[in-house]
Amino acid sequence: MKKKFLLARDTSEINLPRASDDTSDIVLNIYRGGPNQKPENSYDSYRVPVSRWTTVLDALIYAKERLDSSVAIRYSCRMASCGSCGMKINGIPRLACYTKISELGTHTITCEPLPNFPLIRDLVTDFQEFFDHHKKIQPYIQNLHPDPSIDKLSEFEQTPQQVDEFLQFSYCIKCGLCYSACPTVATDTKFPGPQALAQAYRYFADSRDDAVEKRLSIVDDKHGIWRCHFAGSCSKVCPKGVDPALGIQMLRSHMMSITKKPKKRLAELRETSREGS
Amino acid sequence: MRESTVMKIHYVTGLAALLTVAVHVMMRVITPFSMSLEYENVVANYQNILYSLLLESILILVSIHGFNGLRVMLLELRQDAKWEKFVMLFTLTAMLVVIGYGTRTIIIVSG
Ligand code: SF4
Ligand code: FES
Repeated sequence: MKKKFLLARDTSEINLPRASDDTSDIVLNIYRGGPNQKPENSYDSYRVPVSRWTTVLDALIYAKERLDSSVAIRYSCRMASCGSCGMKINGIPRLACYTKISELGTHTITCEPLPNFPLIRDLVTDFQEFFDHHKKIQPYIQNLHPDPSIDKLSEFEQTPQQVDEFLQFSYCIKCGLCYSACPTVATDTKFPGPQALAQAYRYFADSRDDAVEKRLSIVDDKHGIWRCHFAGSCSKVCPKGVDPALGIQMLRSHMMSITKKPKKRLAELRETSREGS
Repeated sequence: MRESTVMKIHYVTGLAALLTVAVHVMMRVITPFSMSLEYENVVANYQNILYSLLLESILILVSIHGFNGLRVMLLELRQDAKWEKFVMLFTLTAMLVVIGYGTRTIIIVSG
């Protein structure tokens, strides 16, 4: 790996808050280049001062603002909500804004673009294919057979147990870390990936949705849900505590007719809520 | 055929193959191992109708399970319509040829 050290210019006049006394320097290796570059010559190294709470994203922003403005990174919320700062940090897909330098336990941090995504430049990857897979499973509630006996519009009521069926899967922020960690996605580009399949389960398990057959027929394909090898790496890297591997297995067990959908008819629910009010 | 139906067949044949192969191995232990592979004993086994049926079911179960497994692996290698069609035809033909040839052997020896 060819390293090129770039040192900070004099920052004394720039009035940025200085880290507290317990700062130390780390070496930040950043993958540089576009889609056709040879990976072995593609890292630039920067010396960055960090303190206890510095995140990898803070270090990258420091490098971009003070050392080399040409570094391409993507971020927005800086609080693990938007899912745009995913990258491989010291070999593992993580969110840069959610990874503290101190928790990595080393003074050398290497940032690379997410695998399984086409590279745009440096640490920025193209999410088009990933979002296409997500859209394909129709990730929205569909109530195809509303109860005709109900003339008045009312809310879709759910019991806490019904919410629990899908709640953890609705925490997904579409950061793509699971997709980049999946060994099947690495070889099969038509495989929807753990994120889309977990979302298929999320809507399948939602008692307000009744497009079960429609959605299942989308994932029940030669390159669909059956190609999951249950490596489990998706669940390991998810920063939001979603367990996509679990969602996939739940959906598969339903398709194998081992479990039945724990759904109550919408009309029954509304009936109960009307009686209660 | 839906992929879920194919995979149901895949899992069922896998389990059934495990069971039938286990019975087959157990039956080998009835006679001392070296004797069980003697020419006369092998031919005599084939002439037992139940044993022939067991062999035939092992042949069918393992072929279906094995060639479908091969199809799944090959599908992951490349993703284009031509390749998918080729993989489908190749594995199906290979499966039928193996089952046909094996059945022929069983019928000839048991006859
Ligand atoms: S399941 Fe987790 S890792 Fe995958 S996209 Fe959603 S939040 Fe990111
Ligand atoms: S910047 Fe939004 S998740 Fe990291």
